[in-house]
Amino acid sequence: MSSPEWKPIAKPSYAPVVVYPTFLQTLLSNLFKDLRLEWRSKDAINAMLFFALLVAVIFSFAFAPTPEEARQMVGGLVWVAVLFASIVALNQSWARELRNQALDAYRISRASPNALFLGKAIGNFIFVSALELVIAPLFIVFFNLRALGSTTALILVFVAGTWAIVINGTFFGAMSLRTRSRELMLPLLLFPISIPALVLMVNVTTAVLTGEGATRRPLDLLIVYDIVFTTVCLLLFETVLHAE
Amino acid sequence: MFGRFAALRELSAEFQGGRLYAIFGENGAGKSTLLRIIAGLSKPTRGRTAFDSAAEAATAQSVGYMAHASMLYDELNGMENLRYFGGLRGVTGPAQLHDLLRKVGLDPKLNRRVGDYSQGMRQRLSLARAVVHDPAVVLLDEPFSNLDTGSAQDLARLLGEMRSAGKCVLVVTHQPRLLEDVADESLLLAQGRIAARGLGINAAAVQPQARETSW
Repeated sequence: MSSPEWKPIAKPSYAPVVVYPTFLQTLLSNLFKDLRLEWRSKDAINAMLFFALLVAVIFSFAFAPTPEEARQMVGGLVWVAVLFASIVALNQSWARELRNQALDAYRISRASPNALFLGKAIGNFIFVSALELVIAPLFIVFFNLRALGSTTALILVFVAGTWAIVINGTFFGAMSLRTRSRELMLPLLLFPISIPALVLMVNVTTAVLTGEGATRRPLDLLIVYDIVFTTVCLLLFETVLHAE
Repeated sequence: MFGRFAALRELSAEFQGGRLYAIFGENGAGKSTLLRIIAGLSKPTRGRTAFDSAAEAATAQSVGYMAHASMLYDELNGMENLRYFGGLRGVTGPAQLHDLLRKVGLDPKLNRRVGDYSQGMRQRLSLARAVVHDPAVVLLDEPFSNLDTGSAQDLARLLGEMRSAGKCVLVVTHQPRLLEDVADESLLLAQGRIAARGLGINAAAVQPQARETSW
Protein backbone atom coordinates (compact mmCIF):
# COMPACT_ATOMS: atom_id res chain seq x y z
CA MET A 1 0.00 0.00 0.00
CA SER A 2 1.42 3.38 -0.91
CA SER A 3 1.27 6.45 1.24
CA PRO A 4 -1.76 8.62 0.55
CA GLU A 5 -1.22 11.83 -1.39
CA TRP A 6 -0.90 14.75 0.97
CA LYS A 7 -0.94 18.44 0.33
CA PRO A 8 2.47 20.11 0.53
CA ILE A 9 3.48 21.13 4.05
CA ALA A 10 1.74 24.38 4.82
CA LYS A 11 3.07 27.27 6.84
CA PRO A 12 1.74 27.01 10.37
CA SER A 13 -1.16 29.40 10.82
CA TYR A 14 -0.60 29.60 14.59
CA ALA A 15 2.91 30.74 15.44
CA PRO A 16 2.94 32.42 18.84
CA VAL A 17 5.55 34.88 20.01
CA VAL A 18 7.35 33.26 22.95
CA VAL A 19 8.84 35.38 25.71
CA TYR A 20 10.03 33.11 28.52
CA PRO A 21 8.72 34.16 31.93
CA THR A 22 11.05 35.09 34.76
CA PHE A 23 11.00 33.18 38.05
CA LEU A 24 9.04 36.00 39.66
CA GLN A 25 6.47 36.09 36.87
CA THR A 26 5.92 32.34 37.18
CA LEU A 27 5.68 32.61 40.96
CA LEU A 28 3.10 35.42 40.73
CA SER A 29 1.19 33.54 38.06
CA ASN A 30 0.93 30.53 40.39
CA LEU A 31 0.01 32.67 43.37
CA PHE A 32 -2.77 34.56 41.56
CA LYS A 33 -4.07 31.32 40.07
CA ASP A 34 -4.32 29.77 43.56
CA LEU A 35 -5.98 32.87 45.01
CA ARG A 36 -8.47 32.92 42.16
CA LEU A 37 -9.24 29.20 42.52
CA GLU A 38 -9.80 29.60 46.26
CA TRP A 39 -11.87 32.75 45.83
CA ARG A 40 -14.19 30.89 43.46
CA SER A 41 -14.38 27.53 45.20
CA LYS A 42 -13.89 28.63 48.84
CA ASP A 43 -13.05 25.01 49.58
CA ALA A 44 -10.26 25.68 52.05
CA ILE A 45 -11.28 28.93 53.69
CA ASN A 46 -14.81 27.82 54.61
CA ALA A 47 -13.65 24.53 56.11
CA MET A 48 -10.79 26.23 57.97
CA LEU A 49 -12.97 28.95 59.44
CA PHE A 50 -15.67 26.52 60.50
CA PHE A 51 -13.14 24.23 62.13
CA ALA A 52 -11.30 27.05 63.92
CA LEU A 53 -14.57 28.56 65.11
CA LEU A 54 -15.62 25.23 66.57
CA VAL A 55 -12.29 24.83 68.34
CA ALA A 56 -12.50 28.33 69.84
CA VAL A 57 -16.06 27.78 71.07
CA ILE A 58 -15.36 24.30 72.47
CA PHE A 59 -12.21 25.45 74.26
CA SER A 60 -14.12 28.36 75.79
CA PHE A 61 -16.72 25.94 77.20
CA ALA A 62 -14.20 23.28 78.19
CA PHE A 63 -12.10 25.66 80.31
CA ALA A 64 -13.27 28.43 82.60
CA PRO A 65 -9.97 30.11 83.46
CA THR A 66 -9.38 33.28 85.40
CA PRO A 67 -7.80 36.09 83.28
CA GLU A 68 -4.34 35.15 84.64
CA GLU A 69 -4.81 31.47 83.84
CA ALA A 70 -6.17 32.38 80.40
CA ARG A 71 -3.03 34.35 79.57
CA GLN A 72 -0.96 31.29 80.52
CA MET A 73 -2.85 28.81 78.35
CA VAL A 74 -4.28 30.68 75.36
CA GLY A 75 -0.96 30.82 73.50
CA GLY A 76 -1.01 27.04 73.24
CA LEU A 77 -4.72 26.84 72.40
CA VAL A 78 -4.49 29.40 69.58
CA TRP A 79 -1.54 27.71 67.89
CA VAL A 80 -3.05 24.24 68.20
CA ALA A 81 -6.26 25.57 66.60
CA VAL A 82 -4.28 27.25 63.80
CA LEU A 83 -2.14 24.16 63.18
CA PHE A 84 -5.13 21.81 62.95
CA ALA A 85 -7.20 24.20 60.83
CA SER A 86 -4.33 24.90 58.43
CA ILE A 87 -4.18 21.20 57.53
CA VAL A 88 -7.40 21.75 55.60
CA ALA A 89 -5.90 24.54 53.47
CA LEU A 90 -2.65 22.67 52.95
CA ASN A 91 -4.43 19.53 51.75
CA GLN A 92 -6.74 21.52 49.47
CA SER A 93 -3.93 23.46 47.84
CA TRP A 94 -2.52 20.25 46.35
CA ALA A 95 -5.81 18.40 45.90
CA ARG A 96 -6.89 20.92 43.26
CA GLU A 97 -3.68 20.24 41.34
CA LEU A 98 -4.51 16.53 41.21
CA ARG A 99 -8.03 17.09 39.91
CA ASN A 100 -7.87 16.68 36.12
CA GLN A 101 -4.11 16.08 36.47
CA ALA A 102 -3.35 19.78 36.09
CA LEU A 103 -0.05 19.23 37.93
CA ASP A 104 1.18 17.07 35.03
CA ALA A 105 0.65 20.01 32.68
CA TYR A 106 2.90 22.07 34.96
CA ARG A 107 5.53 19.32 35.13
CA ILE A 108 5.65 19.01 31.36
CA SER A 109 5.99 22.78 30.92
CA ARG A 110 9.39 22.66 32.65
CA ALA A 111 8.50 25.90 34.45
CA SER A 112 10.45 26.39 37.67
CA PRO A 113 9.33 23.91 40.37
CA ASN A 114 10.32 26.37 43.09
CA ALA A 115 8.11 29.06 41.55
CA LEU A 116 5.19 26.66 41.98
CA PHE A 117 6.23 25.78 45.52
CA LEU A 118 6.74 29.35 46.69
CA GLY A 119 3.57 30.53 44.94
CA LYS A 120 1.62 27.87 46.83
CA ALA A 121 3.38 28.55 50.13
CA ILE A 122 2.63 32.29 49.87
CA GLY A 123 -0.99 31.52 48.94
CA ASN A 124 -1.32 29.23 51.96
CA PHE A 125 0.32 31.90 54.13
CA ILE A 126 -2.40 34.35 53.04
CA PHE A 127 -5.19 31.84 53.76
CA VAL A 128 -3.85 30.91 57.21
CA SER A 129 -3.20 34.58 58.07
CA ALA A 130 -6.80 35.38 57.12
CA LEU A 131 -7.90 32.58 59.44
CA GLU A 132 -5.79 34.01 62.28
CA LEU A 133 -7.31 37.45 61.77
CA VAL A 134 -10.73 35.92 62.30
CA ILE A 135 -10.01 33.60 65.22
CA ALA A 136 -7.72 35.92 67.22
CA PRO A 137 -10.61 38.27 68.15
CA LEU A 138 -12.69 35.22 69.10
CA PHE A 139 -10.08 34.04 71.57
CA ILE A 140 -9.75 37.60 72.93
CA VAL A 141 -13.50 37.74 73.52
CA PHE A 142 -14.01 34.19 74.82
CA PHE A 143 -11.03 34.34 77.21
CA ASN A 144 -11.20 38.05 78.05
CA LEU A 145 -7.58 38.61 76.99
CA ARG A 146 -5.33 41.64 77.09
CA ALA A 147 -1.67 41.50 76.03
CA LEU A 148 0.69 42.72 78.72
CA GLY A 149 3.84 42.45 76.60
CA SER A 150 5.08 43.80 73.27
CA THR A 151 2.54 43.85 70.44
CA THR A 152 5.38 43.93 67.89
CA ALA A 153 6.65 40.59 69.23
CA LEU A 154 3.11 39.23 68.95
CA ILE A 155 2.86 40.29 65.30
CA LEU A 156 6.33 38.89 64.56
CA VAL A 157 5.56 35.53 66.14
CA PHE A 158 2.35 35.24 64.14
CA VAL A 159 4.17 35.99 60.88
CA ALA A 160 7.14 33.70 61.58
CA GLY A 161 4.98 30.98 63.15
CA THR A 162 2.52 30.96 60.26
CA TRP A 163 5.37 30.72 57.77
CA ALA A 164 6.85 27.79 59.75
CA ILE A 165 3.54 25.94 59.46
CA VAL A 166 2.86 26.68 55.78
CA ILE A 167 6.36 26.12 54.39
CA ASN A 168 6.58 22.63 55.88
CA GLY A 169 2.90 21.96 55.26
CA THR A 170 3.17 22.89 51.58
CA PHE A 171 6.23 20.70 51.20
CA PHE A 172 4.81 17.67 52.99
CA GLY A 173 1.49 18.19 51.21
CA ALA A 174 3.35 17.73 47.93
CA MET A 175 5.22 14.74 49.33
CA SER A 176 2.04 12.97 50.35
CA LEU A 177 0.31 13.74 47.03
CA ARG A 178 0.73 10.29 45.57
CA THR A 179 0.14 8.32 48.73
CA ARG A 180 -3.13 6.49 49.23
CA SER A 181 -4.06 8.10 52.56
CA ARG A 182 -3.00 11.57 51.48
CA GLU A 183 -5.14 13.49 53.97
CA LEU A 184 -3.93 11.39 56.90
CA MET A 185 -0.31 11.44 55.76
CA LEU A 186 0.08 15.23 55.87
CA PRO A 187 -0.57 15.65 59.63
CA LEU A 188 1.51 12.55 60.34
CA LEU A 189 4.48 14.15 58.61
CA LEU A 190 3.84 17.78 59.53
CA PHE A 191 3.07 17.63 63.25
CA PRO A 192 6.29 15.98 64.46
CA ILE A 193 8.49 18.32 62.44
CA SER A 194 6.50 21.35 63.63
CA ILE A 195 7.01 20.59 67.34
CA PRO A 196 10.17 22.71 67.78
CA ALA A 197 8.50 25.65 66.03
CA LEU A 198 5.28 25.12 67.96
CA VAL A 199 7.14 25.23 71.30
CA LEU A 200 8.81 28.52 70.30
CA MET A 201 5.54 30.01 69.00
CA VAL A 202 3.70 29.13 72.24
CA ASN A 203 6.60 30.46 74.40
CA VAL A 204 6.64 33.83 72.63
CA THR A 205 2.84 34.17 72.57
CA THR A 206 2.56 33.29 76.27
CA ALA A 207 5.40 35.69 77.13
CA VAL A 208 3.62 38.50 75.28
CA LEU A 209 0.24 37.74 76.86
CA THR A 210 1.60 37.45 80.41
CA GLY A 211 4.25 40.14 80.07
CA GLU A 212 6.76 37.73 81.62
CA GLY A 213 9.67 35.90 80.02
CA ALA A 214 11.92 36.62 77.08
CA THR A 215 10.59 36.96 73.55
CA ARG A 216 13.78 37.89 71.66
CA ARG A 217 15.65 34.59 71.83
CA PRO A 218 12.73 32.28 70.93
CA LEU A 219 11.81 34.66 68.11
CA ASP A 220 15.35 34.51 66.76
CA LEU A 221 15.28 30.72 66.94
CA LEU A 222 11.93 30.66 65.15
CA ILE A 223 13.33 32.82 62.34
CA VAL A 224 16.34 30.48 62.05
CA TYR A 225 13.91 27.53 61.90
CA ASP A 226 12.04 29.28 59.08
CA ILE A 227 15.22 29.99 57.11
CA VAL A 228 16.55 26.43 57.50
CA PHE A 229 13.31 24.72 56.50
CA THR A 230 12.58 27.13 53.63
CA THR A 231 16.04 26.42 52.22
CA VAL A 232 15.73 22.64 52.62
CA CYS A 233 12.26 22.60 51.07
CA LEU A 234 13.44 24.67 48.09
CA LEU A 235 16.40 22.34 47.57
CA LEU A 236 14.26 19.20 47.65
CA PHE A 237 11.02 20.28 46.01
CA GLU A 238 12.03 19.55 42.41
CA THR A 239 12.75 15.93 43.36
CA VAL A 240 9.40 15.67 45.13
CA LEU A 241 7.52 17.20 42.19
CA HIS A 242 8.95 14.80 39.63
CA ALA A 243 8.84 11.68 41.83
CA GLU A 244 6.57 8.94 40.50
CA MET B 1 8.07 -1.15 35.11
CA PHE B 2 5.05 -0.69 37.38
CA GLY B 3 5.98 -2.97 40.26
CA ARG B 4 6.59 -6.29 38.51
CA PHE B 5 4.57 -5.36 35.45
CA ALA B 6 6.39 -4.08 32.37
CA ALA B 7 4.06 -1.74 30.46
CA LEU B 8 6.49 -1.53 27.51
CA ARG B 9 9.09 -4.10 26.46
CA GLU B 10 11.93 -3.68 23.99
CA LEU B 11 10.00 -1.01 22.17
CA SER B 12 12.03 0.95 19.66
CA ALA B 13 10.53 3.40 17.20
CA GLU B 14 11.38 6.58 15.34
CA PHE B 15 8.88 9.23 14.41
CA GLN B 16 9.37 12.13 12.04
CA GLY B 17 7.90 15.58 11.64
CA GLY B 18 5.12 16.25 9.16
CA ARG B 19 3.54 12.86 9.81
CA LEU B 20 0.58 11.70 11.84
CA TYR B 21 0.84 8.36 13.60
CA ALA B 22 -2.23 6.52 14.84
CA ILE B 23 -1.46 4.24 17.75
CA PHE B 24 -3.94 1.63 18.78
CA GLY B 25 -4.16 -1.55 20.75
CA GLU B 26 -6.12 -3.15 23.53
CA ASN B 27 -6.40 -1.70 27.02
CA GLY B 28 -3.13 -2.21 28.88
CA ALA B 29 -1.11 -2.52 25.68
CA GLY B 30 1.13 0.35 26.79
CA LYS B 31 -0.18 3.15 24.54
CA SER B 32 -0.62 5.77 27.25
CA THR B 33 2.67 4.81 28.90
CA LEU B 34 4.45 5.33 25.59
CA LEU B 35 3.04 8.87 25.32
CA ARG B 36 3.86 9.67 28.95
CA ILE B 37 7.45 8.58 28.42
CA ILE B 38 7.83 10.68 25.28
CA ALA B 39 6.25 13.62 27.14
CA GLY B 40 8.78 13.21 29.96
CA LEU B 41 6.14 12.49 32.60
CA SER B 42 7.31 8.93 33.20
CA LYS B 43 10.85 7.63 33.17
CA PRO B 44 11.51 4.29 31.51
CA THR B 45 13.26 1.72 33.72
CA ARG B 46 15.61 1.14 30.79
CA GLY B 47 16.04 2.94 27.51
CA ARG B 48 15.61 6.57 26.54
CA THR B 49 13.74 9.04 24.41
CA ALA B 50 15.88 11.09 22.06
CA PHE B 51 14.97 14.07 19.94
CA ASP B 52 17.01 15.20 16.96
CA SER B 53 19.76 17.69 17.70
CA ALA B 54 17.76 20.77 16.75
CA ALA B 55 14.74 19.86 18.82
CA GLU B 56 16.68 18.43 21.74
CA ALA B 57 17.88 21.80 22.91
CA ALA B 58 14.30 22.93 23.06
CA THR B 59 12.74 19.72 24.35
CA ALA B 60 10.74 21.59 26.93
CA GLN B 61 9.06 23.59 24.21
CA SER B 62 8.90 20.86 21.62
CA VAL B 63 6.31 18.53 23.18
CA GLY B 64 2.60 19.14 23.68
CA TYR B 65 0.59 16.51 25.55
CA MET B 66 -3.14 15.98 25.82
CA ALA B 67 -4.03 13.20 28.26
CA HIS B 68 -7.23 11.34 29.21
CA ALA B 69 -7.80 13.95 31.88
CA SER B 70 -8.26 17.53 30.73
CA MET B 71 -5.31 18.93 32.75
CA LEU B 72 -7.39 22.07 33.27
CA TYR B 73 -8.71 23.93 36.32
CA ASP B 74 -12.48 23.60 36.58
CA GLU B 75 -12.88 26.88 38.49
CA LEU B 76 -11.24 28.99 35.76
CA ASN B 77 -12.78 29.83 32.41
CA GLY B 78 -11.24 28.77 29.11
CA MET B 79 -9.27 31.96 28.53
CA GLU B 80 -7.95 32.02 32.12
CA ASN B 81 -6.77 28.43 31.79
CA LEU B 82 -5.06 29.15 28.51
CA ARG B 83 -3.48 32.35 29.83
CA TYR B 84 -2.05 30.46 32.82
CA PHE B 85 -0.66 27.49 30.88
CA GLY B 86 0.46 29.70 28.00
CA GLY B 87 2.22 31.97 30.51
CA LEU B 88 4.25 29.02 31.80
CA ARG B 89 5.51 28.52 28.24
CA GLY B 90 6.06 32.21 27.55
CA VAL B 91 2.97 32.69 25.37
CA THR B 92 0.93 35.54 26.78
CA GLY B 93 -0.33 37.64 23.87
CA PRO B 94 -4.13 37.88 24.22
CA ALA B 95 -4.57 38.06 20.45
CA GLN B 96 -2.63 34.83 20.00
CA LEU B 97 -4.62 33.05 22.69
CA HIS B 98 -7.91 34.30 21.23
CA ASP B 99 -6.76 33.09 17.83
CA LEU B 100 -5.96 29.64 19.20
CA LEU B 101 -9.31 29.32 20.99
CA ARG B 102 -11.14 30.22 17.78
CA LYS B 103 -9.02 27.71 15.92
CA VAL B 104 -10.19 24.86 18.15
CA GLY B 105 -13.77 26.06 17.85
CA LEU B 106 -14.26 27.87 21.16
CA ASP B 107 -15.47 31.40 21.80
CA PRO B 108 -12.67 33.38 23.54
CA LYS B 109 -15.27 35.63 25.17
CA LEU B 110 -17.15 32.73 26.75
CA ASN B 111 -17.12 33.59 30.45
CA ARG B 112 -18.07 30.19 31.76
CA ARG B 113 -16.06 28.03 34.13
CA VAL B 114 -14.53 24.93 32.59
CA GLY B 115 -16.39 22.85 35.18
CA ASP B 116 -19.58 23.85 33.34
CA TYR B 117 -18.23 22.99 29.87
CA SER B 118 -19.53 20.04 27.88
CA GLN B 119 -17.13 17.16 27.35
CA GLY B 120 -16.56 18.25 23.75
CA MET B 121 -15.66 21.79 24.80
CA ARG B 122 -13.25 20.43 27.41
CA GLN B 123 -11.54 18.30 24.79
CA ARG B 124 -11.15 21.31 22.51
CA LEU B 125 -9.76 23.46 25.29
CA SER B 126 -7.47 20.66 26.36
CA LEU B 127 -6.12 20.48 22.81
CA ALA B 128 -5.58 24.26 22.82
CA ARG B 129 -3.68 23.95 26.12
CA ALA B 130 -1.51 21.19 24.67
CA VAL B 131 -0.51 23.18 21.59
CA VAL B 132 -0.48 26.71 23.05
CA HIS B 133 3.31 26.90 22.68
CA ASP B 134 3.27 25.58 19.10
CA PRO B 135 5.18 22.36 19.88
CA ALA B 136 6.98 20.30 17.26
CA VAL B 137 5.65 17.04 18.73
CA VAL B 138 1.97 16.69 19.65
CA LEU B 139 0.90 13.70 21.77
CA LEU B 140 -2.80 12.99 22.12
CA ASP B 141 -4.27 10.27 24.29
CA GLU B 142 -7.74 9.30 23.14
CA PRO B 143 -8.77 12.76 21.96
CA PHE B 144 -12.04 11.48 20.46
CA SER B 145 -13.45 9.91 23.61
CA ASN B 146 -16.84 11.34 24.57
CA LEU B 147 -17.05 13.42 21.38
CA ASP B 148 -20.01 13.30 19.03
CA THR B 149 -19.27 12.34 15.42
CA GLY B 150 -19.23 15.91 14.10
CA SER B 151 -16.88 17.18 16.82
CA ALA B 152 -14.63 14.15 16.39
CA GLN B 153 -14.38 14.79 12.65
CA ASP B 154 -13.58 18.48 13.27
CA LEU B 155 -10.84 17.43 15.67
CA ALA B 156 -9.43 14.91 13.16
CA ARG B 157 -9.32 17.68 10.55
CA LEU B 158 -7.44 19.93 12.99
CA LEU B 159 -4.92 17.19 13.62
CA GLY B 160 -4.46 16.81 9.87
CA GLU B 161 -3.73 20.54 9.66
CA MET B 162 -1.09 20.25 12.37
CA ARG B 163 0.52 17.38 10.53
CA SER B 164 0.48 19.40 7.32
CA ALA B 165 2.13 22.26 9.21
CA GLY B 166 5.12 19.99 9.85
CA LYS B 167 4.37 18.70 13.31
CA CYS B 168 4.88 15.12 14.42
CA VAL B 169 1.46 14.06 15.71
CA LEU B 170 0.98 10.86 17.72
CA VAL B 171 -2.62 9.92 18.42
CA VAL B 172 -3.64 7.08 20.70
CA THR B 173 -7.18 6.07 19.86
CA HIS B 174 -9.71 3.29 19.94
CA GLN B 175 -11.43 4.87 16.94
CA PRO B 176 -8.79 4.63 14.19
CA ARG B 177 -11.38 5.07 11.43
CA LEU B 178 -11.68 8.74 12.40
CA LEU B 179 -8.07 9.18 11.30
CA GLU B 180 -8.49 7.37 8.00
CA ASP B 181 -8.06 10.55 5.98
CA VAL B 182 -5.17 12.05 7.90
CA ALA B 183 -2.99 9.26 9.32
CA ASP B 184 0.29 8.55 7.56
CA GLU B 185 1.18 5.51 9.59
CA SER B 186 -0.33 3.35 12.25
CA LEU B 187 1.13 1.25 15.01
CA LEU B 188 -0.56 -1.61 16.75
CA LEU B 189 0.68 -2.17 20.29
CA ALA B 190 0.17 -5.46 22.07
CA GLN B 191 1.56 -6.42 25.47
CA GLY B 192 3.98 -3.51 25.44
CA ARG B 193 5.46 -4.26 22.03
CA ILE B 194 4.84 -2.96 18.53
CA ALA B 195 2.89 -5.85 17.02
CA ALA B 196 2.46 -4.18 13.65
CA ARG B 197 3.42 -0.95 11.95
CA GLY B 198 2.29 0.10 8.54
CA LEU B 199 1.23 2.84 6.21
CA GLY B 200 -2.28 4.20 6.36
CA ILE B 201 -4.60 3.35 9.17
CA ASN B 202 -4.82 -0.41 9.46
CA ALA B 203 -1.47 -1.54 10.80
CA ALA B 204 -2.52 -5.13 11.21
CA ALA B 205 -3.53 -5.43 7.57
CA VAL B 206 -0.82 -3.44 5.81
CA GLN B 207 2.74 -4.43 5.17
CA PRO B 208 5.10 -3.34 7.95
CA GLN B 209 7.24 -0.37 7.06
CA ALA B 210 10.92 -0.20 7.89
CA ARG B 211 11.27 1.36 11.30
CA GLU B 212 14.44 3.18 10.46
CA THR B 213 13.22 6.63 9.57
CA SER B 214 15.00 9.87 10.13
CA TRP B 215 13.63 12.42 12.56
